[in-house]
Amino acid sequence: MSDGPKLDAIDRALIVATQGGLPLVARPYQRIGEQIGIAGEEVMRRLQALLAAGIIRRIGAVPNHYAIGWTANGMTVWDVPNANIDELGASVGGLPFVTHCYRRPRALPAWPYNLFAMVHGNSRDEVREKAAVIAELLGENCQGSDVLFSTRILKKAGLRI
Amino acid sequence: MPELDAVDRLIIDKLQGDFPICDEPYAAAAKQFGISGDELMARLQRLLDDKVLTRFGPMVQIERMGGAFVLAALQAPEARYDEVVALVNALPQVAHNYRREHALNMWFVLATETPQGIADAIATIETDTGLQVFAFPKEREYFVEMKLETRV
Repeated sequence: MSDGPKLDAIDRALIVATQGGLPLVARPYQRIGEQIGIAGEEVMRRLQALLAAGIIRRIGAVPNHYAIGWTANGMTVWDVPNANIDELGASVGGLPFVTHCYRRPRALPAWPYNLFAMVHGNSRDEVREKAAVIAELLGENCQGSDVLFSTRILKKAGLRI
Repeated sequence: MPELDAVDRLIIDKLQGDFPICDEPYAAAAKQFGISGDELMARLQRLLDDKVLTRFGPMVQIERMGGAFVLAALQAPEARYDEVVALVNALPQVAHNYRREHALNMWFVLATETPQGIADAIATIETDTGLQVFAFPKEREYFVEMKLETRV
């Protein structure tokens, strides 16, 4: 995409230096600065700017949701009319239990679904109950649906540049 | 599953964002939990070691850097499942990969520095596995807020 803010070489070095995680030392920004050859204050200033630009979404802990009790994770998928999908997507995305909601292309005939909403619960029944709420909201716009439960994390590395 | 005490749960629930940017951020963040910065670091290290946390640090939105992030899926024959997992996971562009119950039984996210990188990664996976990859790039994002509180 061409509309993204431009990163300079130091921003990139900063992202590479922290993508494995923030150092667990008393002064982590100072430590990163030593690694990439800038002052700790400069690291902090640049991180603030990257946060403000949305390049860094947030700084903090990323839990393994299975380990914190969210043992059922269902990718609910829906076939809804293209003409109504933006309105419906906004409504589904507004439900408190939906963590991600996207419009994606169908891949006919194998895949008829164009609306994806991720739902987490501590049991499959809880996820199914939440999927039923989505179905009710969609009403007759729902032309087909499925819930794909995850059964194993095969890889969770986060991104690497 | 690792045992979590009340302080661990607070740390997980309260530190999913807004980690301070200041000279001694662990000490600053630890105050809300009534513990020292050293103890917070020790607990984070243990939570990472126990895989309760997958990481601790900045979360980058790769699309805002000019990169691309695409959900993709394939149908791996059961007899070859582990082999296909190894081939797919071998690509550094594969950020996450989940087994799901469906004919399309492997769902992974490709993250690359350029949009062309996605096409290259898909071509590599198709060649290496001999299987068709279905790409589901997001056409619109209606909501994303992956913050889940502890339930254990």
